Amino acid sequence: MSLAVPRRSFLKISAAALAAAGLGAPQARLGAGEPAAAGAVQTVPTFCDICFWKCGAIASVRDGALWKIEGNPLDPLCRGRLCPRGTGGIGASRDPDRLTRPLLRARVRGGEEWNAVSWDDALGHVAEKMQAIKAKHGPEAVALFSHGIGGTFFKHTLKAFGSPNLAAPSFAQCRGPRDVGFRLTFGDDPGSPERTDIANARCLVLIGSHLGENMHNTQVQEFAQAMAAGCTLIVADPRQSTAAAKAKWWLPVRPGSDTALVLAWMQVLVAEQLYDTAYVAKYGHGFAQFAAAIADKTPEWAGPLTGIQPEVIRETARAMARFRPATLVHPGRHSNWYGSDAQRSRAIALLNALLGSWGRQGGFYQPSAMELPAYPYPAYPKPGKPKADNPGKRHPFAHESITTGIRSATLTGNPYPVKGWLVYATNLLHALPNEAETIQAIQQLDLLAVCDVIPSETAGWADVVLPECTYLERHDELNPELFREPFLALRQPVVPPPDDQKPNWWIARELALKLGLGAWYPWSDIEQYLAKRCELGGYDWERLKRDGIIRGQPQPLYFEQGAPAEFATPSGRIEFWSQQLADKGFAPVPEYEPPQPNPPGSYRVLFGRAPMHSFSRTQTNPLLHEVMPENALWLNAVEARRLGLKSGDRVRLRNQDGVLSDALPVKATERIRPDCVYLVHGFGHTAKGLKRAYRKGASDAQILTRYQTDPLMGGTALGNNFVTLEAV
Amino acid sequence: MARLAMVIDTTLCVGCADCVVACKTENDVPEGFCRDWITEQVAGAFPSARLEIRSERCNHCDHPPCVGCCPTGASHVHQPGAVVLVDKQKCIGCKACIASCPYDARFVHPQGHVDKCTFCVHRVEHGQLPACVSVCPTRCMHFGDLDDPESGVARLLRSRRHHELLPAAGTGPRVIYLT
Amino acid sequence: MDEITSTRHNPGIDPVLHAWGWEIPVYLFLGGLVAGLMVLAGYHILKAGRQQEKVSYPYAPMLGVILLSLGMNALFLDLANKPLVWRLYLTFQPASPMSWGSWILLLVYPALIGAAILHPPERVPFGQRLLALVRSWSEWLHQRPRLVQVLGLANLGGGIALGIYTGILLGAFGARPLWNSAVLGPLFLFSGLSTAAALMHLLAMVSRSGTGAPFADVALAGVFRLMDPAHCKHVMVRADASFLTIELAIIALWLLGLLTATGVHQQAAALLLGGPWTAPFWGLVILAGILVPLLLQFLELAGRIRHSAVPAVLVLIGGFVLRWILVEAGQASRWS
Ligand SMILES: Nc1nc2c(c(=O)[nH]1)N[C@H]1C(S)=C(S)[C@@H](COP(=O)(O)OP(=O)(O)OC[C@H]3O[C@@H](n4cnc5c(=O)[nH]c(N)nc54)[C@H](O)[C@@H]3O)O[C@H]1N2
Ligand SMILES: Nc1nc2c(c(=O)[nH]1)N[C@H]1C(S)=C(S)[C@@H](COP(=O)(O)OP(=O)(O)OC[C@H]3O[C@@H](n4cnc5c(=O)[nH]c(N)nc54)[C@H](O)[C@@H]3O)O[C@H]1N2
Ligand code: SF4
Ligand code: SF4
Ligand code: SF4
Ligand code: SF4
Ligand code: SF4
Ligand SMILES: [Mo]
Repeated sequence: MSLAVPRRSFLKISAAALAAAGLGAPQARLGAGEPAAAGAVQTVPTFCDICFWKCGAIASVRDGALWKIEGNPLDPLCRGRLCPRGTGGIGASRDPDRLTRPLLRARVRGGEEWNAVSWDDALGHVAEKMQAIKAKHGPEAVALFSHGIGGTFFKHTLKAFGSPNLAAPSFAQCRGPRDVGFRLTFGDDPGSPERTDIANARCLVLIGSHLGENMHNTQVQEFAQAMAAGCTLIVADPRQSTAAAKAKWWLPVRPGSDTALVLAWMQVLVAEQLYDTAYVAKYGHGFAQFAAAIADKTPEWAGPLTGIQPEVIRETARAMARFRPATLVHPGRHSNWYGSDAQRSRAIALLNALLGSWGRQGGFYQPSAMELPAYPYPAYPKPGKPKADNPGKRHPFAHESITTGIRSATLTGNPYPVKGWLVYATNLLHALPNEAETIQAIQQLDLLAVCDVIPSETAGWADVVLPECTYLERHDELNPELFREPFLALRQPVVPPPDDQKPNWWIARELALKLGLGAWYPWSDIEQYLAKRCELGGYDWERLKRDGIIRGQPQPLYFEQGAPAEFATPSGRIEFWSQQLADKGFAPVPEYEPPQPNPPGSYRVLFGRAPMHSFSRTQTNPLLHEVMPENALWLNAVEARRLGLKSGDRVRLRNQDGVLSDALPVKATERIRPDCVYLVHGFGHTAKGLKRAYRKGASDAQILTRYQTDPLMGGTALGNNFVTLEAV
Repeated sequence: MARLAMVIDTTLCVGCADCVVACKTENDVPEGFCRDWITEQVAGAFPSARLEIRSERCNHCDHPPCVGCCPTGASHVHQPGAVVLVDKQKCIGCKACIASCPYDARFVHPQGHVDKCTFCVHRVEHGQLPACVSVCPTRCMHFGDLDDPESGVARLLRSRRHHELLPAAGTGPRVIYLT
Repeated sequence: MDEITSTRHNPGIDPVLHAWGWEIPVYLFLGGLVAGLMVLAGYHILKAGRQQEKVSYPYAPMLGVILLSLGMNALFLDLANKPLVWRLYLTFQPASPMSWGSWILLLVYPALIGAAILHPPERVPFGQRLLALVRSWSEWLHQRPRLVQVLGLANLGGGIALGIYTGILLGAFGARPLWNSAVLGPLFLFSGLSTAAALMHLLAMVSRSGTGAPFADVALAGVFRLMDPAHCKHVMVRADASFLTIELAIIALWLLGLLTATGVHQQAAALLLGGPWTAPFWGLVILAGILVPLLLQFLELAGRIRHSAVPAVLVLIGGFVLRWILVEAGQASRWS
């Protein structure tokens, strides 16, 4: 209702009244900073890369310089509007801290001392080292860490080289537990972008998931759309997130106790017969065993564990039931929290199953994608050894590579030595738990080559730094997104790179050529490659270049509309009780495992996102830096008073292992429980080249030294770190 | 006569500052300055604290003290639309208007003249929404003519609870917040 | 209490408004001082005429021209867009005290210069030719009593306008509750008068102990030499004392007004009543700038202590600090 932009009447003013007043050349009369005559503006459609959501965008170039970037109205992901990071994306290109030339390490690792070299020398060095490692240890001893679509061609080169060890932090450090929990239950995961039908949800339950701070564009847009339509919002979060502040019920749950809460919600639904009995009967498997297993998980049981009143648990469960199946219990995304996270995620999946929301309007829709045949490359060589990250399938349900598994193989030489790391667009020192372990692993390497756009902490440890141009200056792989409706998106350069930076496809290709892998690069220019793929898929390349987006035929979204109700589980049904878990010695129905308790006098560290930053990658972006130059430590106001601290006072955090953080200002607030503190991830940079961000705020990665590994899938949980505060 | 206004739904705003960043790029606002900004206000105590997030800017007041106090006529009410603007060709940078604005919405541009939100009249006059409104991912910002009872903004004000900033200052602000 | 955070970070605006620095209090102080000099000069031109030249203030206007120019200079330095300063004189904005001010300043100059010509110095270290010329203008003027009277009125009126305007300038800012008071006009006028009287008083003192160097004679001693020291002492001291008393009363009125107005005004007053500006305000403006000079002058008149320059110096300092604090604290006072 209130979402309708008053465009009609608005246009009336502009078109009629203003024109009638004869405002022919308003520019001359306006105030400061008005854009100069709009004559010299060109626009180029592309898609955003400030995070992995890949929103379609249109960049404007004025007199040859980047001016602004806006959402592409054709793009179903962004619906014509970018998030703040996307809007500020042009700052990535303007960033004075950018890498400009290939660099070779001058002295010790981590010394951040470099010699600028030619691309030929830099890649020659990388190729030489890779060949030496291959000769001694086999091609498997070179691993690739990459994140995002730009890693496509590096992966291609490494696969051609013969390594199976390719990993991204997006699994073990991010959505892995959730994907595994949902796969175990529904046989499929929520995907990225998530298949959540937030827009149509009439009741939305957020467990952590801090939408609005977590600024994944479509999710936030749909969240606002649902709220405007009167959606009932329930948020469980120890901190009053932005979303929690808008909720009908904010449950300031005790950190790490969510599984108890979810079990109790399910107990109410089952005990009070409020669940979707027809749906469960039709699609469910093992419901009776499940019901028996949770029968004693009453709100009274969960109350003391979670800190939430039993009546509130009941009331909220009933609210969920009232709106089902349009009740969406959001699966979350960053889900490696406390160590038994795949099971917590499975509990969330089961709650959704009880509400009948999977495959239903207002729950989880069935996504679809454009058909896009792969480029006809020769087959990759078969690696001689299995992946190094998960020896003996220690974590039986890991369906992607585990970054930290590669790290421990590097550290221990088990199951075999890993001697070379190529790192593309991931800042491992901020992304992986326990920095010291990552540095120790790096010290075992014969080669660390880092491809980045700025001199990140990880680049600081590299032997070779490969400066990439930003997304605004390059092509990338096509994006045939799996989403609400099929579409194909193109990234293409808006402006040329300012210095000697090169695009990833060029770097990966040159490296492959130097490695003698030319057979896998039959094309010489990416436009040939992209045009060929379009041709194979039957898409109009020229149109794609012009519009940036080609949309496909919408497919049925819900079971009711004919979306197939298929579940790729062993039973072919929604598994309330999981034999495969039981077979591997895990609980077939999730059980509550309490998190480690706070050592006396300490606070548990929670962390999350700020809407205007992405991880550790945007702090030097001049536009985004300006709206949030540093992070702050959220501390309960009563605790702050007790410690004699007020907002703005600077403190350092000392964790249970004695590690001391950089200083950051306190935000004394009524919006957080007294037993935990919170800070936004990605700040507190220690790389000297990141001049604008250097030592501004504190790094959560610095103090999150302890981690628990999820036994099911190898995810690393950071929720059990505790700190005391030291005023500075 | 049109009276352009912005109506912002605080129940939807997430404080993401997209509006701030968009204003900066659209209007070439120099680094270190902003024409709009985000204010977060928390009332009450844990666990029943209440948060209001607002995207703030010049209110294009109905009774703008910044216009009256300007000795050169640089600050003026631009018609149609009753948008308060600064003509940088006339502004001597005396800062009287800055002192006169209860919302601290103005600043001295490094080029010497005073600057602030223009309601993006350069866009509006070409039938586009202001930059901040056009990017807002939650679509919580509305823009239109208060004098047109059929406009979206007028209808929202009739149907929703709302407040303006510092009503006691008597300036008649036209950036209005739905609650 | 509310937790408020803002992403705004505009220089000169955040965290507290600081649009105006030292230039504005200097300008306001000098403007007020000159206003006082003009009123005194105007009064004496009207009252004394040619015959009583000896007890008039012939050098006040000349001094006024110099001080006003210094003040205008400070004002100019404050402008962020100096090359466009001429824009002030392409328009008259009736609602803008600044516009009034810029035109008043333009009108004040002829009045001051006219008054200065009326009483040229008796001798000057250089430029005798010019002095002769000025003398002839002076003669010309004195032969036209009506014109002299107009000059007197212009100085009196111009001085009052200038003095009140410096206060109105601030008082008109509804956005700054500390300033938002109609009594700021009279307050600045009387403060201007007291500082002007103090300055004249001081010059008299200095000239008495002066060395007789020719220039000092012109600029300083001359002022006093033409006046009857005994007479001066009493008139000046009395004038000064009464200006100070009135000033004190207006300050009381102003604070009372704030305290009995809305919450924001009370908060604004609190900046001076317990807030960060309490010590300088009560210490330098009220005590050192008003009460102590009053006491000293009372004791002087009563013959209890020797006559000294101290009260005059204190009054001048107090007058300046008053403006300094008003400009600073006023910017810090706000509606939210
Ligand atoms: N602006 C922006 N948006 C982003 C990103 C970004 O970098 N910047 N990154 C994107 C990516 S890849 C991811 S994975 C997502 C991450 O975003 P989410 O998936 O939303 O991450 P979470 O870790 O679930 O959310 C952190 C929230 O969980 C709360 N929390 C902490 N501990 C607990 C607990 O024990 N129980 C409960 N119920 N809540 C708890 C914290 O207080 C915080 O509000 O964000 C995405 N969106
Ligand atoms: N302590 C802690 N650890 C975390 C998280 C947390 O919240 N706290 N979050 C976890 C989650 S959910 C995720 S998804 C991961 C994210 O982990 P990462 O993907 O590693 O995230 P970033 O820290 O942003 O690192 C990205 C790096 O890529 C670089 N980069 C950016 N654009 C480009 C480009 O165009 N080309 C190239 N070559 N490089 C580019 C950036 O400069 C930066 O150095 O982190 C995980 N780890
Ligand atoms: S969500 Fe934001 S940062 Fe991510 S791709 Fe979309 S616009 Fe870019
Ligand atoms: S862009 Fe919209 S949601 Fe974001 S802060 Fe501005 S008004 Fe709020
Ligand atoms: S908000 Fe301030 S600058 Fe804008 S019109 Fe009102 S008084 Fe003037
Ligand atoms: S600073 Fe400029 S716009 Fe403001 S009052 Fe002075 S001349 Fe007018
Ligand atoms: S209306 Fe235009 S100038 Fe005003 S805040 Fe929005 S984007 Fe900036
Ligand atoms: Mo993530």
